[in-house]
Amino acid sequence: MPKSLISIHDFSKDEMLHILDVASEMEKNKSQKILEGKVVACLFFEPSTRTRLSFETAANRLGARVIGFSDVDNTSISKGESLKDTIKMVSNYVDIIIMRHPLEGAARYASEVSNLPVVNAGDGANQHPSQTLLDMYSIRQSQGRLEGLTINMVGDLKYGRTVHSLLQAMSHFDPSFVFTAPAELQMPGEYKQFLAERGISYRETTSLNEHLDDCDILYMTRVQQERFSDPMEYEKVKDVYRLDASMLGGVRSNMKILHPLPRINEIAQDVDDTPYAYYFKQAENGMYVRMAIIACLLGYR
Amino acid sequence: MKTTARQLIVNAIENGTVLDHIPSENLFKVVEILNLAECGHQITIGSNLESKSFGRKGIIKIADRYFENDELNRIALVAPQATINIIKDYKVVEKHKITIPEEVVGIGKCANPMCVTNHQKIATRFKTIVESDGIKLLCHYCEKTTKIINLQP
Ligand SMILES: [Zn+2]
Repeated sequence: MPKSLISIHDFSKDEMLHILDVASEMEKNKSQKILEGKVVACLFFEPSTRTRLSFETAANRLGARVIGFSDVDNTSISKGESLKDTIKMVSNYVDIIIMRHPLEGAARYASEVSNLPVVNAGDGANQHPSQTLLDMYSIRQSQGRLEGLTINMVGDLKYGRTVHSLLQAMSHFDPSFVFTAPAELQMPGEYKQFLAERGISYRETTSLNEHLDDCDILYMTRVQQERFSDPMEYEKVKDVYRLDASMLGGVRSNMKILHPLPRINEIAQDVDDTPYAYYFKQAENGMYVRMAIIACLLGYR
Repeated sequence: MKTTARQLIVNAIENGTVLDHIPSENLFKVVEILNLAECGHQITIGSNLESKSFGRKGIIKIADRYFENDELNRIALVAPQATINIIKDYKVVEKHKITIPEEVVGIGKCANPMCVTNHQKIATRFKTIVESDGIKLLCHYCEKTTKIINLQP
Protein backbone atom coordinates (compact mmCIF):
# COMPACT_ATOMS: atom_id res chain seq x y z
CA MET A 1 0.00 0.00 0.00
CA PRO A 2 1.51 3.39 -0.97
CA LYS A 3 2.07 5.85 1.84
CA SER A 4 -0.35 8.42 0.39
CA LEU A 5 -3.33 8.60 -1.96
CA ILE A 6 -2.52 11.37 -4.43
CA SER A 7 -3.43 10.02 -7.84
CA ILE A 8 -5.45 6.97 -8.82
CA HIS A 9 -2.37 5.92 -10.85
CA ASP A 10 -0.47 5.33 -7.60
CA PHE A 11 -2.68 2.34 -6.80
CA SER A 12 -2.48 -1.08 -8.41
CA LYS A 13 -5.57 -3.09 -9.24
CA ASP A 14 -5.12 -5.15 -6.06
CA GLU A 15 -4.68 -2.08 -3.90
CA MET A 16 -7.86 -0.54 -5.31
CA LEU A 17 -9.75 -3.79 -4.67
CA HIS A 18 -8.40 -3.88 -1.13
CA ILE A 19 -9.82 -0.39 -0.44
CA LEU A 20 -13.19 -1.51 -1.87
CA ASP A 21 -13.22 -4.61 0.36
CA VAL A 22 -12.42 -2.57 3.46
CA ALA A 23 -15.12 -0.06 2.45
CA SER A 24 -17.73 -2.79 2.35
CA GLU A 25 -16.62 -3.91 5.81
CA MET A 26 -17.06 -0.27 6.96
CA GLU A 27 -20.54 -0.18 5.46
CA LYS A 28 -21.52 -3.24 7.51
CA ASN A 29 -20.12 -1.70 10.69
CA LYS A 30 -20.47 2.06 10.35
CA SER A 31 -18.89 3.06 13.66
CA GLN A 32 -15.57 1.51 14.56
CA LYS A 33 -13.42 3.38 17.03
CA ILE A 34 -10.16 2.05 15.64
CA LEU A 35 -8.64 5.55 15.46
CA GLU A 36 -9.38 6.60 19.03
CA GLY A 37 -6.73 9.13 20.07
CA LYS A 38 -5.69 9.94 16.48
CA VAL A 39 -6.00 13.40 14.93
CA VAL A 40 -6.91 13.93 11.28
CA ALA A 41 -6.23 17.26 9.53
CA CYS A 42 -8.74 18.39 6.90
CA LEU A 43 -7.06 21.26 5.08
CA PHE A 44 -9.38 22.82 2.52
CA PHE A 45 -7.48 25.54 0.68
CA GLU A 46 -10.61 25.99 -1.42
CA PRO A 47 -14.12 25.34 -0.16
CA SER A 48 -15.91 22.08 -0.95
CA THR A 49 -18.53 21.45 1.69
CA ARG A 50 -19.67 18.11 0.29
CA THR A 51 -16.23 16.52 0.13
CA ARG A 52 -15.14 17.98 3.46
CA LEU A 53 -18.21 16.72 5.32
CA SER A 54 -17.77 13.27 3.82
CA PHE A 55 -14.12 13.05 4.94
CA GLU A 56 -14.79 14.58 8.36
CA THR A 57 -17.69 12.21 9.02
CA ALA A 58 -15.51 9.29 7.93
CA ALA A 59 -12.78 10.32 10.39
CA ASN A 60 -15.32 10.81 13.18
CA ARG A 61 -16.92 7.41 12.58
CA LEU A 62 -13.50 5.84 13.04
CA GLY A 63 -13.14 7.59 16.38
CA ALA A 64 -10.53 10.16 15.31
CA ARG A 65 -10.68 13.86 16.03
CA VAL A 66 -10.57 16.38 13.20
CA ILE A 67 -8.80 19.73 12.97
CA GLY A 68 -8.40 22.02 9.95
CA PHE A 69 -9.96 24.80 7.98
CA SER A 70 -12.66 24.98 5.32
CA ASP A 71 -11.25 27.89 3.34
CA VAL A 72 -8.19 30.09 3.56
CA ASP A 73 -9.78 33.43 4.56
CA ASN A 74 -8.39 34.67 7.88
CA THR A 75 -5.65 32.05 8.00
CA SER A 76 -1.90 32.53 7.75
CA ILE A 77 -2.13 31.25 4.16
CA SER A 78 -4.12 34.32 3.12
CA LYS A 79 -1.24 36.31 4.64
CA GLY A 80 1.17 34.61 2.23
CA GLU A 81 2.47 31.58 4.11
CA SER A 82 3.93 29.03 1.72
CA LEU A 83 2.25 25.65 1.21
CA LYS A 84 5.43 24.00 2.46
CA ASP A 85 5.35 25.86 5.77
CA THR A 86 1.66 25.15 6.34
CA ILE A 87 2.14 21.43 5.69
CA LYS A 88 5.31 21.25 7.85
CA MET A 89 3.51 22.95 10.73
CA VAL A 90 0.39 20.78 10.54
CA SER A 91 2.51 17.63 10.19
CA ASN A 92 3.80 18.20 13.70
CA TYR A 93 0.29 18.09 15.12
CA VAL A 94 -1.61 15.27 13.42
CA ASP A 95 -1.46 11.68 12.14
CA ILE A 96 -2.77 12.08 8.58
CA ILE A 97 -3.49 15.01 6.26
CA ILE A 98 -6.51 15.27 3.97
CA MET A 99 -6.26 18.26 1.66
CA ARG A 100 -7.98 20.03 -1.17
CA HIS A 101 -6.18 22.73 -3.10
CA PRO A 102 -6.94 24.78 -6.22
CA LEU A 103 -3.43 24.24 -7.65
CA GLU A 104 -2.67 21.07 -9.60
CA GLY A 105 0.06 18.96 -8.03
CA ALA A 106 -0.33 20.60 -4.60
CA ALA A 107 -1.16 17.31 -2.86
CA ARG A 108 1.80 15.51 -4.48
CA TYR A 109 4.09 18.27 -3.27
CA ALA A 110 2.58 18.14 0.24
CA SER A 111 3.19 14.37 0.39
CA GLU A 112 6.87 15.04 -0.36
CA VAL A 113 7.15 17.78 2.24
CA SER A 114 5.36 15.78 4.95
CA ASN A 115 6.40 12.55 6.65
CA LEU A 116 2.70 11.70 7.10
CA PRO A 117 0.21 10.04 4.74
CA VAL A 118 -1.58 12.62 2.57
CA VAL A 119 -4.98 12.11 0.95
CA ASN A 120 -5.69 14.24 -2.09
CA ALA A 121 -9.28 15.48 -1.81
CA GLY A 122 -8.96 17.30 -5.13
CA ASP A 123 -6.13 19.34 -6.68
CA GLY A 124 -7.68 21.73 -9.20
CA ALA A 125 -8.67 19.98 -12.40
CA ASN A 126 -6.15 17.19 -11.83
CA GLN A 127 -7.04 14.31 -9.49
CA HIS A 128 -9.73 13.39 -7.00
CA PRO A 129 -8.93 9.74 -6.29
CA SER A 130 -11.44 9.15 -3.48
CA GLN A 131 -14.18 10.02 -6.00
CA THR A 132 -12.83 7.40 -8.39
CA LEU A 133 -12.75 4.74 -5.67
CA LEU A 134 -16.29 5.52 -4.51
CA ASP A 135 -17.47 5.35 -8.14
CA MET A 136 -15.87 1.91 -8.46
CA TYR A 137 -17.39 0.84 -5.15
CA SER A 138 -20.84 1.93 -6.32
CA ILE A 139 -20.42 0.14 -9.65
CA ARG A 140 -19.38 -3.09 -7.95
CA GLN A 141 -22.13 -2.83 -5.34
CA SER A 142 -24.90 -2.16 -7.88
CA GLN A 143 -23.78 -4.73 -10.45
CA GLY A 144 -22.26 -7.40 -8.24
CA ARG A 145 -19.05 -7.21 -10.25
CA LEU A 146 -16.59 -4.85 -11.94
CA GLU A 147 -15.68 -7.05 -14.91
CA GLY A 148 -17.16 -6.83 -18.38
CA LEU A 149 -19.53 -3.89 -17.91
CA THR A 150 -20.68 -1.33 -20.46
CA ILE A 151 -20.26 2.17 -19.06
CA ASN A 152 -21.92 5.12 -20.77
CA MET A 153 -20.26 8.40 -19.78
CA VAL A 154 -22.38 11.47 -20.43
CA GLY A 155 -21.74 15.21 -20.42
CA ASP A 156 -18.45 17.04 -20.18
CA LEU A 157 -15.99 14.38 -21.21
CA LYS A 158 -13.37 16.92 -22.24
CA TYR A 159 -12.68 18.67 -18.94
CA GLY A 160 -14.31 16.22 -16.51
CA ARG A 161 -11.54 14.79 -14.38
CA THR A 162 -13.87 12.26 -12.72
CA VAL A 163 -14.61 10.53 -16.02
CA HIS A 164 -10.94 10.47 -17.02
CA SER A 165 -9.85 8.87 -13.74
CA LEU A 166 -12.75 6.42 -13.76
CA LEU A 167 -11.97 5.40 -17.33
CA GLN A 168 -8.37 4.63 -16.39
CA ALA A 169 -9.27 2.79 -13.19
CA MET A 170 -11.96 0.68 -14.90
CA SER A 171 -9.55 -0.24 -17.71
CA HIS A 172 -8.35 -3.07 -15.41
CA PHE A 173 -11.75 -4.77 -15.61
CA ASP A 174 -12.42 -5.45 -19.29
CA PRO A 175 -15.08 -2.75 -19.77
CA SER A 176 -16.58 -1.28 -22.89
CA PHE A 177 -17.42 2.40 -23.05
CA VAL A 178 -19.93 4.73 -24.64
CA PHE A 179 -19.00 8.41 -24.75
CA THR A 180 -22.05 10.67 -24.99
CA ALA A 181 -20.95 14.28 -25.39
CA PRO A 182 -21.61 17.34 -27.53
CA ALA A 183 -18.99 17.99 -30.22
CA GLU A 184 -17.31 20.66 -28.06
CA LEU A 185 -16.85 18.37 -25.05
CA GLN A 186 -15.77 15.01 -26.47
CA MET A 187 -13.37 12.62 -24.80
CA PRO A 188 -9.80 13.81 -25.54
CA GLY A 189 -7.72 11.78 -27.99
CA GLU A 190 -5.15 10.73 -25.38
CA TYR A 191 -7.80 8.75 -23.46
CA LYS A 192 -9.13 7.11 -26.60
CA GLN A 193 -5.57 6.17 -27.45
CA PHE A 194 -5.14 4.78 -23.92
CA LEU A 195 -8.15 2.50 -24.53
CA ALA A 196 -7.07 1.52 -28.02
CA GLU A 197 -3.64 0.45 -26.73
CA ARG A 198 -5.40 -1.87 -24.27
CA GLY A 199 -7.87 -3.27 -26.77
CA ILE A 200 -10.85 -1.72 -24.97
CA SER A 201 -13.75 -0.79 -27.23
CA TYR A 202 -15.65 2.48 -27.16
CA ARG A 203 -18.43 4.10 -29.14
CA GLU A 204 -19.11 7.82 -29.43
CA THR A 205 -22.38 9.63 -29.86
CA THR A 206 -23.83 13.09 -29.38
CA SER A 207 -27.30 11.69 -28.60
CA LEU A 208 -28.22 10.72 -25.06
CA ASN A 209 -31.00 8.44 -26.34
CA GLU A 210 -28.75 6.40 -28.59
CA HIS A 211 -27.12 4.16 -25.99
CA LEU A 212 -29.45 4.43 -23.00
CA ASP A 213 -30.80 0.93 -23.56
CA ASP A 214 -27.55 -1.00 -23.95
CA CYS A 215 -25.42 0.07 -21.00
CA ASP A 216 -25.04 -1.19 -17.42
CA ILE A 217 -23.85 2.09 -15.93
CA LEU A 218 -24.99 5.54 -17.01
CA TYR A 219 -22.39 7.91 -15.59
CA MET A 220 -23.84 11.42 -15.83
CA THR A 221 -21.71 14.53 -15.23
CA ARG A 222 -22.35 18.19 -14.79
CA VAL A 223 -20.93 20.70 -17.26
CA GLN A 224 -18.78 22.85 -14.98
CA GLN A 225 -18.89 26.53 -15.73
CA GLU A 226 -15.50 27.22 -14.16
CA ARG A 227 -13.75 25.06 -16.79
CA PHE A 228 -14.85 27.39 -19.60
CA SER A 229 -12.90 30.51 -20.46
CA ASP A 230 -15.60 31.61 -22.95
CA PRO A 231 -19.04 32.15 -21.32
CA MET A 232 -20.76 31.74 -24.72
CA GLU A 233 -19.29 28.25 -25.09
CA TYR A 234 -20.73 27.36 -21.71
CA GLU A 235 -24.20 28.71 -22.54
CA LYS A 236 -24.21 26.58 -25.69
CA VAL A 237 -23.59 23.27 -23.91
CA LYS A 238 -24.75 23.69 -20.31
CA ASP A 239 -28.21 22.14 -20.77
CA VAL A 240 -27.36 19.84 -23.65
CA TYR A 241 -28.46 16.64 -21.86
CA ARG A 242 -31.44 16.29 -19.58
CA LEU A 243 -32.44 12.83 -18.43
CA ASP A 244 -36.00 12.30 -17.24
CA ALA A 245 -37.97 9.22 -16.19
CA SER A 246 -39.87 8.98 -19.50
CA MET A 247 -36.60 8.14 -21.30
CA LEU A 248 -35.92 5.07 -19.19
CA GLY A 249 -38.63 2.75 -20.58
CA GLY A 250 -36.29 0.43 -22.48
CA VAL A 251 -33.20 0.31 -20.30
CA ARG A 252 -31.60 -2.87 -18.94
CA SER A 253 -33.14 -3.96 -15.65
CA ASN A 254 -29.74 -3.84 -13.93
CA MET A 255 -28.88 -0.36 -15.28
CA LYS A 256 -27.86 2.18 -12.65
CA ILE A 257 -27.39 5.94 -12.98
CA LEU A 258 -24.40 7.48 -11.22
CA HIS A 259 -23.53 11.16 -10.86
CA PRO A 260 -20.72 12.72 -8.78
CA LEU A 261 -23.20 15.40 -7.57
CA PRO A 262 -24.17 18.17 -7.25
CA ARG A 263 -26.49 17.96 -10.26
CA ILE A 264 -28.03 20.97 -11.93
CA ASN A 265 -30.48 20.19 -14.73
CA GLU A 266 -28.96 17.02 -16.20
CA ILE A 267 -31.11 14.61 -14.15
CA ALA A 268 -34.76 15.51 -13.57
CA GLN A 269 -36.19 14.93 -10.09
CA ASP A 270 -38.61 12.29 -11.39
CA VAL A 271 -35.65 10.00 -12.06
CA ASP A 272 -34.96 9.85 -8.30
CA ASP A 273 -37.93 7.56 -7.74
CA THR A 274 -37.01 5.05 -10.43
CA PRO A 275 -35.10 1.86 -9.55
CA TYR A 276 -32.22 3.10 -11.75
CA ALA A 277 -31.24 6.11 -9.63
CA TYR A 278 -28.13 5.28 -7.62
CA TYR A 279 -26.49 8.69 -7.13
CA PHE A 280 -27.65 9.27 -3.55
CA LYS A 281 -26.45 5.81 -2.55
CA GLN A 282 -23.22 6.65 -4.38
CA ALA A 283 -22.76 9.78 -2.24
CA GLU A 284 -23.38 7.74 0.91
CA ASN A 285 -20.81 5.19 -0.28
CA GLY A 286 -18.27 8.01 -0.38
CA MET A 287 -18.18 7.98 3.38
CA TYR A 288 -17.43 4.23 3.63
CA VAL A 289 -14.74 4.49 0.97
CA ARG A 290 -13.15 7.45 2.78
CA MET A 291 -13.24 5.50 6.08
CA ALA A 292 -11.43 2.71 4.25
CA ILE A 293 -8.85 5.08 2.75
CA ILE A 294 -8.01 6.63 6.13
CA ALA A 295 -7.89 3.24 7.90
CA CYS A 296 -5.68 1.68 5.19
CA LEU A 297 -3.22 4.57 4.96
CA LEU A 298 -2.79 4.58 8.72
CA GLY A 299 -2.09 0.86 8.62
CA TYR A 300 -5.21 -0.35 10.39
CA ARG A 301 -6.50 -2.50 7.49
CA MET B 1 47.86 18.14 -35.83
CA LYS B 2 45.66 18.23 -38.89
CA THR B 3 43.66 21.42 -39.10
CA THR B 4 40.30 21.28 -40.81
CA ALA B 5 38.38 24.20 -42.25
CA ARG B 6 35.84 23.97 -39.46
CA GLN B 7 38.39 24.24 -36.75
CA LEU B 8 39.60 27.44 -38.34
CA ILE B 9 36.20 29.01 -37.90
CA VAL B 10 36.05 28.17 -34.21
CA ASN B 11 39.43 27.93 -32.54
CA ALA B 12 40.56 24.50 -31.45
CA ILE B 13 41.12 23.88 -27.77
CA GLU B 14 43.98 21.98 -26.23
CA ASN B 15 41.99 20.30 -23.46
CA GLY B 16 38.32 20.36 -22.58
CA THR B 17 34.89 19.59 -23.97
CA VAL B 18 33.35 20.39 -27.34
CA LEU B 19 29.57 20.25 -27.67
CA ASP B 20 28.70 19.94 -31.33
CA HIS B 21 25.49 19.71 -33.37
CA ILE B 22 23.44 21.99 -31.18
CA PRO B 23 20.48 23.54 -33.04
CA SER B 24 21.45 27.22 -33.47
CA GLU B 25 18.15 28.44 -32.06
CA ASN B 26 18.76 26.57 -28.80
CA LEU B 27 22.44 27.43 -28.42
CA PHE B 28 21.91 29.90 -25.63
CA LYS B 29 19.47 27.60 -23.86
CA VAL B 30 22.33 25.12 -23.64
CA VAL B 31 24.57 27.86 -22.24
CA GLU B 32 21.94 28.59 -19.65
CA ILE B 33 21.18 24.96 -18.70
CA LEU B 34 24.87 24.20 -18.21
CA ASN B 35 25.25 27.47 -16.31
CA LEU B 36 28.22 28.42 -18.49
CA ALA B 37 27.77 32.14 -17.80
CA GLU B 38 29.18 31.52 -14.35
CA CYS B 39 31.93 29.16 -15.46
CA GLY B 40 35.35 30.79 -15.26
CA HIS B 41 36.87 28.76 -18.10
CA GLN B 42 37.66 29.97 -21.58
CA ILE B 43 34.56 29.38 -23.71
CA THR B 44 34.21 29.71 -27.47
CA ILE B 45 30.74 29.76 -28.93
CA GLY B 46 29.97 29.44 -32.61
CA SER B 47 26.48 29.98 -33.99
CA ASN B 48 24.85 29.47 -37.39
CA LEU B 49 27.73 27.35 -38.66
CA GLU B 50 27.19 25.32 -41.81
CA SER B 51 26.69 21.62 -41.24
CA LYS B 52 26.34 19.01 -43.97
CA SER B 53 23.84 16.87 -42.11
CA PHE B 54 22.29 19.45 -39.90
CA GLY B 55 21.64 22.72 -41.72
CA ARG B 56 22.80 25.41 -39.33
CA LYS B 57 24.28 24.37 -36.07
CA GLY B 58 25.88 25.76 -32.99
CA ILE B 59 29.02 24.63 -31.24
CA ILE B 60 30.41 25.31 -27.77
CA LYS B 61 34.01 24.70 -26.74
CA ILE B 62 34.87 24.82 -23.08
CA ALA B 63 38.57 24.71 -22.28
CA ASP B 64 39.85 22.63 -19.36
CA ARG B 65 36.42 21.57 -18.25
CA TYR B 66 34.88 18.08 -18.24
CA PHE B 67 31.28 17.30 -17.35
CA GLU B 68 29.47 14.43 -15.68
CA ASN B 69 27.16 12.59 -18.08
CA ASP B 70 24.13 13.45 -15.91
CA GLU B 71 25.01 17.08 -16.25
CA LEU B 72 25.32 16.92 -20.04
CA ASN B 73 22.18 14.84 -20.50
CA ARG B 74 20.23 17.79 -19.15
CA ILE B 75 20.69 19.48 -22.53
CA ALA B 76 18.96 16.56 -24.27
CA LEU B 77 15.71 18.47 -24.14
CA VAL B 78 16.96 21.33 -26.30
CA ALA B 79 19.73 19.56 -28.23
CA PRO B 80 18.81 15.87 -28.51
CA GLN B 81 21.25 15.28 -31.37
CA ALA B 82 24.23 16.96 -29.76
CA THR B 83 27.57 15.16 -29.70
CA ILE B 84 30.11 15.50 -26.94
CA ASN B 85 33.79 15.45 -27.76
CA ILE B 86 36.34 15.14 -25.01
CA ILE B 87 39.55 16.83 -26.09
CA LYS B 88 42.98 16.07 -24.67
CA ASP B 89 46.08 17.53 -26.22
CA TYR B 90 44.10 18.79 -29.26
CA LYS B 91 42.81 15.29 -29.99
CA VAL B 92 39.31 13.88 -29.63
CA VAL B 93 39.87 11.10 -27.10
CA GLU B 94 36.23 10.34 -26.51
CA LYS B 95 33.09 11.05 -28.50
CA HIS B 96 29.53 10.25 -27.52
CA LYS B 97 25.92 11.17 -28.07
CA ILE B 98 23.57 12.74 -25.61
CA THR B 99 21.12 10.29 -24.05
CA ILE B 100 17.70 11.48 -23.08
CA PRO B 101 17.30 11.09 -19.32
CA GLU B 102 14.15 9.39 -17.99
CA GLU B 103 13.59 12.23 -15.60
CA VAL B 104 14.68 15.86 -15.56
CA VAL B 105 14.73 17.89 -12.38
CA GLY B 106 15.01 21.65 -12.05
CA ILE B 107 15.00 22.44 -15.78
CA GLY B 108 12.17 24.15 -17.57
CA LYS B 109 8.81 25.45 -16.56
CA CYS B 110 5.53 23.53 -16.64
CA ALA B 111 3.21 24.90 -19.33
CA ASN B 112 0.15 24.45 -17.12
CA PRO B 113 -0.62 27.83 -15.50
CA MET B 114 -2.47 26.06 -12.66
CA CYS B 115 0.50 23.83 -11.83
CA VAL B 116 1.70 24.20 -8.24
CA THR B 117 5.29 24.62 -9.48
CA ASN B 118 4.30 27.91 -11.11
CA HIS B 119 3.03 29.33 -7.82
CA GLN B 120 5.31 27.99 -5.07
CA LYS B 121 9.09 27.71 -4.87
CA ILE B 122 9.30 24.13 -6.10
CA ALA B 123 11.90 22.61 -8.44
CA THR B 124 10.12 21.26 -11.52
CA ARG B 125 10.31 17.52 -12.16
CA PHE B 126 9.35 15.85 -15.44
CA LYS B 127 9.36 12.35 -16.93
CA THR B 128 10.48 12.41 -20.55
CA ILE B 129 8.28 10.80 -23.19
CA VAL B 130 9.95 10.30 -26.54
CA GLU B 131 7.49 10.38 -29.43
CA SER B 132 7.91 10.49 -33.18
CA ASP B 133 7.29 14.26 -33.27
CA GLY B 134 9.67 15.11 -30.45
CA ILE B 135 10.10 14.87 -26.72
CA LYS B 136 7.29 15.55 -24.30
CA LEU B 137 7.61 16.20 -20.58
CA LEU B 138 5.12 14.74 -18.13
CA CYS B 139 4.94 16.92 -15.03
CA HIS B 140 5.47 14.94 -11.82
CA TYR B 141 3.14 17.33 -9.98
CA CYS B 142 0.17 18.33 -12.16
CA GLU B 143 0.39 15.23 -14.45
CA LYS B 144 0.06 17.36 -17.60
CA THR B 145 2.43 17.11 -20.54
CA THR B 146 4.50 20.01 -21.84
CA LYS B 147 5.92 20.00 -25.36
CA ILE B 148 9.59 20.84 -25.54
CA ILE B 149 8.85 23.90 -27.66
CA ASN B 150 7.18 25.43 -24.60
CA LEU B 151 10.14 24.72 -22.39
CA GLN B 152 11.68 27.81 -20.91
CA PRO B 153 14.91 27.38 -18.97
ZN1 LIG C 1 2.99 20.82 -13.85
